[in-house]
Amino acid sequence: MEAARIYQRIKDRFGEHVLEISDHQPDPFIVIDPASIEEVGSFMRSDPELALDCLSNESGVDYKDRIEVVYHLFSYSKRHGAVLKVKLPRENPTVATLENIWKSANWMEREIFDLLGVIFEGHSDLRRILMPEDWPGFPLRKDFVEPTEYHGISTVRESPIIRLDPKKK
Amino acid sequence: MSTLRTEEMTLNMGPQHPSTHGVLRFIVRADGEVMREAIPDVGYLHRSIEKIAEKVGYHGFMPYTDRVDYVCAMFTNQGWGMASEKLANIQVPKRGEYCRAIATEFNRLASHLLSVGTMGMDIGAMTPFTHAIREREMINDLIEELCGARLTFNYMRIGGVAWDLPPGWREKALAYLDHFEPILDEYNALISYNKIYIERLANVGIISADEAVNYNLVGPNLRGSGIKWDIRKDLPYSVYSEFDFDVPVGKGEWGKLGDAMDRYMVRIRELKESVKILRQALKQIPAGPVLAKVPRNFKPPAGECQIRVESARGDMGWYAVSDGTGYPWRVHVRTGSFAAMGIIQKLSQGLMIADLVTLIASLDVIAPEIDR
Repeated sequence: MEAARIYQRIKDRFGEHVLEISDHQPDPFIVIDPASIEEVGSFMRSDPELALDCLSNESGVDYKDRIEVVYHLFSYSKRHGAVLKVKLPRENPTVATLENIWKSANWMEREIFDLLGVIFEGHSDLRRILMPEDWPGFPLRKDFVEPTEYHGISTVRESPIIRLDPKKK
Repeated sequence: MSTLRTEEMTLNMGPQHPSTHGVLRFIVRADGEVMREAIPDVGYLHRSIEKIAEKVGYHGFMPYTDRVDYVCAMFTNQGWGMASEKLANIQVPKRGEYCRAIATEFNRLASHLLSVGTMGMDIGAMTPFTHAIREREMINDLIEELCGARLTFNYMRIGGVAWDLPPGWREKALAYLDHFEPILDEYNALISYNKIYIERLANVGIISADEAVNYNLVGPNLRGSGIKWDIRKDLPYSVYSEFDFDVPVGKGEWGKLGDAMDRYMVRIRELKESVKILRQALKQIPAGPVLAKVPRNFKPPAGECQIRVESARGDMGWYAVSDGTGYPWRVHVRTGSFAAMGIIQKLSQGLMIADLVTLIASLDVIAPEIDR
């Protein structure tokens, strides 16, 4: 099924919970109300016409005025895919976890929490995955300022290039 | 007798452990020899590659992609190239696509050889590893001639590849394939059909097809569970639709479907398929330029896209967002190893400690690819 028809099917079913259908090229996407993401997700997985059985990618993007969580779904049996998005406020970004629908969401949501600070409600094991547990802030946010040291280890390094000055003896 | 009791043991495996394929750590809760659970702890190799992308621009990010997965860096090169090309709608010249296919398939051979070699070593068979590495070195020699590097290639560019095949390289590559194919049978006779080896691998870490899809396993791990799915075949990119090759899947020949032996055999059989593709590619390669005209100041229009590449560790997804400037707004790589690590905690329940090593090796996880 083409992306546009998939999105129309979701629109027919969920109506006002679909905030926007974008025919943006090359990958069109659909924006869902964050409050109903779990409902939409389980419909997309269980509906026999859609059968989107694989959450292939989940990523977070900081747009300075909002944070978006992007879900790339895929169906092995129907060979079609869909892109879902939720837009969250930058202060206190919270959305329900999709871990109970697609197991692969567990680790990918941990990564988004770790790097962008999105809280996934109902997640079974929401803790940092890539950064150290006591790391300050969320590195992939656009306003993140890297600390100059971490436990006494400097994060700044002088350039290893030695410039030879012929005048200097 | 009532004073006797048993106690659960917590063990630390890694981060420096010879069989964890890089810097990986597992917190193992064990009851004697049997694990209750192995909790993976990753992040030791996190180099914030996605953050670097936002700072260095499109062309400048290419050498960094090598470091995403240094065992098969050609695929990460290609992934980033394809994502940028899709954003800016650039067509790669035919010869450039063939060069890419040849380079990546040689890289797949090298990566799978390392995987099947360390698989034997991890469970105690040292000799096959030396055989596999010997062949891999010869492939590295070929790739070195192609791009000047043996590990972090930086061979591809946005719009094609950096250099054409050197003079005489094609004949050398074909001669190598003639040498390699009989070696593969020798390797199988040496280890793959060894009874002890099969006993160690069969019925370990069984993943059902539903589970594999649910946990988003990709590549040989997915095919090991019996799902015939290969991005090269099913969503063809580059010039793969012009090649004739099979997609090997696990059949449960030695144990239950989706066990470690199935995943291992899928890799062994894929080596043969890659040789098939390489022969066709080297024979059919057309003349022409290898690199499209791409401005040095590369600014794709604002937008976003996702592309999928069948790397040696399976479907690698690149999600790139452009804001119209010379620097990507956001790049996200979803790698095969990251997905495979997510299933280990579940599979480890009730497994013997010695089999954890088999499980990790059979999933072919590469630590830098998990952590990026």
